[in-house]
Amino acid sequence: MSSIEVSNVSPPPSLRIEGLTKSFEAASGSVEALRSINLNIAKGEFVCLLGASGCGKSTLLRIIAGFETASKGVVKLYGTPVTGPGPDRGIVFQDYALFPWLTVRENIGFGPKHAGLSSQDVKRISMQFMEMVGLSAFADHYPHQLSGGMKQRVAIARVLANDTDILLMDEPFGALDALTRTKLQEELLDIWERTKITVVFVTHSVEEAVVLADRVLVMSAGPGRIDSDFQIDLARPRDVSSAEFNSVRRDITRKLRSNLVPTRMLKAAVEA
Amino acid sequence: MSMQAKMSEQVRAVAGEATASPELHGGQTLARKASALALALVVPLCLLLFWEFMVRWTGTRLIPPPADVAVMMWDFIFGGVYDDAFSGSFHIHLWMSLQRVYGGFLCAAVIAIPLGLLIGRLPVLRAMLDPTISLLRPIPVTAWLPLSMIFFGLGPRSAVFLVFLGAFYPILLNTIFGVKSVDPRLFEAASMLGCKGSQLFRSVVLPAATPSIFNGLRLGLGFAWILIVVGEMTGVPEGLGAVIMDGRTLSRTDLVITGMIVIGVAGYLSDRVIVMANNYLLRWSPQHHV
Repeated sequence: MSSIEVSNVSPPPSLRIEGLTKSFEAASGSVEALRSINLNIAKGEFVCLLGASGCGKSTLLRIIAGFETASKGVVKLYGTPVTGPGPDRGIVFQDYALFPWLTVRENIGFGPKHAGLSSQDVKRISMQFMEMVGLSAFADHYPHQLSGGMKQRVAIARVLANDTDILLMDEPFGALDALTRTKLQEELLDIWERTKITVVFVTHSVEEAVVLADRVLVMSAGPGRIDSDFQIDLARPRDVSSAEFNSVRRDITRKLRSNLVPTRMLKAAVEA
Repeated sequence: MSMQAKMSEQVRAVAGEATASPELHGGQTLARKASALALALVVPLCLLLFWEFMVRWTGTRLIPPPADVAVMMWDFIFGGVYDDAFSGSFHIHLWMSLQRVYGGFLCAAVIAIPLGLLIGRLPVLRAMLDPTISLLRPIPVTAWLPLSMIFFGLGPRSAVFLVFLGAFYPILLNTIFGVKSVDPRLFEAASMLGCKGSQLFRSVVLPAATPSIFNGLRLGLGFAWILIVVGEMTGVPEGLGAVIMDGRTLSRTDLVITGMIVIGVAGYLSDRVIVMANNYLLRWSPQHHV
């Protein structure tokens, strides 16, 4: 079957970042965490922000989420500037941040309930998304009764149930064991293919980025910048042992390493 | 593979991940309870023996032996032994004291919990009230006795006020602490799900602070029982504290000790009620079970 590419016209950007700069006030003066970030993310695109710790990738995600404000520049979602956290941008944290006093069903229904939906609708929506992440059998369990992988499934379902436009994920699988992580990556891709939701996914794992993303943005530190933009055209599901996969992974790893060198040299220079 | 088959496979796979909840057999639970009870009784029984022994050994006439107190207790509850003003009056005194303890305690809870939630959440309010609270808190409740009698007159209202004062601070301070130690992530999670403003109080602050609030309630109720004796020094005719004061005046040490034991047991049982509520409302957090 030939592919039915609609056209080469890229879909409209759902997320647009213009000239974003972020500085923190520290005792030793102002520290620049992010410098002039410009970025367009298309609707339905799966984008990974990849970088070493301290490159500002989580800060960038937190600014998109509205938890922190930019020092300069603007983040726009469908043309509207972001001014604070809101249900149009759902975030999945590494440490889950589930409400421990609510059951799986109630955690997933939290957003719809606060949107003022009827209890019938809240129930229907939570059922639907519990099914999506395969946790229907655990509807009445509390978070403390779940494994890490299950908690993260609840966290993803909680955001999706809230009918969010964009899914922001901050190293969501970083605390999970390798097997569970691979499984959740597959499930996330499955969900993404079904819902065609826009995803911005922060990770420091090259492999994870190449397995998941349409586009990998490599960030460099001091101050955080977007260093390069890789389009990943490998067909899904991606085989991590294939030659094509490894070639892409090598390119990105090399880019990532080259970013690390100057800082290391700088450190060596300081220590000398 | 059909969607349904895939789904059920997923559920099974997920089920394998779940942490097994420890289900105890009925017999095991019973044995464990019996041994806990036996352990709990060791110290009181030793104290009773020590008391009996010391009374005999010293030959004191100021302190009655346990058996005399047991007779007094019987008379206090059922009557028919001494047939005096205290015989069979247990239920009246207990009822009066219960009203005052719970009256003061509930007033304290009703004011301290909302106030604590607000102080914990609003820095302006904290800056405004914290110094005053810190100033008032070290003043012993007994020092309030004269003022309380001027404010509320001789009688039960004074007692309720003193109990209220004693229960108020532990509930307030624990509530504030509970609110301040809510994981900030939970506020972030709630706000990105569209919950904000006053909804946060109901949906995040209150449930997250519940473990601390219960700590405060337990401490507060304990203080309420401690203060009932002081509260009933304010010239009320009935109540367990009044009984103890009468016993002192009449040099009836058996009556004093009887009153002490009744307060101890009543305080213990009210604590159990709070603990049961605690374990039910905090069923989502076994680490907070008592």
